[in-house]
Amino acid sequence: MASLVIAEHDNASLKDATHKTVTAAAAVSSPVHILVAGENCAAVAEAAAKIAGVEKVLLAEGAPYARQLAEPMESLLLSLSDKYDAILAPATTTGKNILPRVAAKLDTPQVSEILKVISPDTFERPIYAGNAIETLQAPAGKKIITVRTTAFKAASEGGSAAVEKIAAASDPGLSTFAGEVLSKSERPELTSAKIIVSGGRGLGSGENFKLLDSIADKLHAAVGASRAAVDAGYVPNDYQVGQTGKVVAPDLYIAVGISGAIQHLAGMKDSRVIVAINKDEEAPIFSVADYGLVADLFKALPEIDEELGKRGYK
Amino acid sequence: MKVLVPVKRVIDFNVKVRVKADQSGVDLANVKMSMNPFDEIAVEEAVRLKEKGKATEVVVVSIGPAQASETIRTALAMGADRGILVKNDTAVEPLAVAKILKAIVEAEQPQLVITGKQAIDDDANQVGQMLAALLGWPQGTFAHSLELGDATAKITREIDGGLQTVEVKLPAVMTTDLRLNEPRYASLPNIMKAKKKPIEEKTPADFGVDVTPRFKILKVTEPAKRAAGAKVSSVPELLDKLKADGVI
Repeated sequence: MASLVIAEHDNASLKDATHKTVTAAAAVSSPVHILVAGENCAAVAEAAAKIAGVEKVLLAEGAPYARQLAEPMESLLLSLSDKYDAILAPATTTGKNILPRVAAKLDTPQVSEILKVISPDTFERPIYAGNAIETLQAPAGKKIITVRTTAFKAASEGGSAAVEKIAAASDPGLSTFAGEVLSKSERPELTSAKIIVSGGRGLGSGENFKLLDSIADKLHAAVGASRAAVDAGYVPNDYQVGQTGKVVAPDLYIAVGISGAIQHLAGMKDSRVIVAINKDEEAPIFSVADYGLVADLFKALPEIDEELGKRGYK
Repeated sequence: MKVLVPVKRVIDFNVKVRVKADQSGVDLANVKMSMNPFDEIAVEEAVRLKEKGKATEVVVVSIGPAQASETIRTALAMGADRGILVKNDTAVEPLAVAKILKAIVEAEQPQLVITGKQAIDDDANQVGQMLAALLGWPQGTFAHSLELGDATAKITREIDGGLQTVEVKLPAVMTTDLRLNEPRYASLPNIMKAKKKPIEEKTPADFGVDVTPRFKILKVTEPAKRAAGAKVSSVPELLDKLKADGVI
């Protein structure tokens, strides 16, 4: 049969998490189809059709899909599930919200946040905040999987799949969208940024995050935070990097004033190069850092900013 | 309205997890166990609803070994009214948990189920959504705040891009995120009082649910260790290294 990937998008653009999920899907069951469910999102379907290795894009448009609420998405996926032996979604807040509903209705256990496809029914996934890796074999039958996207390479562009419009399923009418507050930023998104500058409680206030902003702008980096900084109200929740926040794996992760709780390390330890800046020499963050700078961040940050300026970063 | 709160007994979040040498799992012998932190937030939210006069009764359920009754007692000490222990000595997978909870919901008829968004042991993040689907109920997952009306609930959710508010018809399932509230510590008098609150004992068979695992765990291993690198002594040296690594 085939595998179906739920596209991650905002009705305007297709997110990179989709490309990574396609890579995982191809290892589970080929060919790969993508479901783009949304409202006025034909451009997203066009983008999905260009992913290499994708055979078909299903486009379901309708008001209930505008925010991909779990209840109408469940109905839609159930109406399609017969044709697929695997359904995968990126382990984003959208994918994690929808997919267990589908698994339950199909009486199929779900495999959450896979890191690796060992064979079409055997997977690796993190447990205990990434402190242990479980290798498990799923029972025969349909596979329902969410994918930790940082663990997979993005499928490349260069495909030319057909886009097939499909009918909307009936909306159970149980839930309605009632508003959102999205963080607006000119910077790259945390989960796809090549460089992340992240701040912890050591920053001392939300105001002091501006010290990170200036460096982030010069490096075209995203700005993240530890749970402690979010809980203290310095920055909004969507900045949080960690096991229960966003899991990231950029080329460069600069942790500033972050002590390095297990839950935070679980969210960033797969970054290629890690830099830790902390005045406490004993901070656990240094145990995973490639380069550690023991320094007062209020001195080090302006110095980095100035030095980057001198070297032509702007 | 009645509120049902499923809670799980898990390894305490401060304990450093050790993988067993034979790769059969994680060493849980003589390790401190506690209520799953997200479930603690769920209990707190339910108790606050009762204190505000919005909930009439808070019922706590735990599925696990006999010691899970301690976890239920913790919830009772926080202010829940009574408990149901579904005794089972082996791990129960999320789908089977959802099936047991569905049967309990059908018997208890709560208007709202509040539980943690994920347990910090298996990190599955499935039970709330699965329960909602099996019941044909709406859900508000990863809750940041709750506005409870008579027939609907407005739930603001922590999503990747920020916050999203959904309005769901009741009955509904809500799963908690970190910032919904800060759970209280139980006072000594309340801990004493909790000892007298009733806990009913059941088994999965009472609900006709087969809890035989459907997954086969082949092995549990330690993650690849990251070696600590070197300390740098100055900002220019740091930037030189990052430049040499090709990351800036």
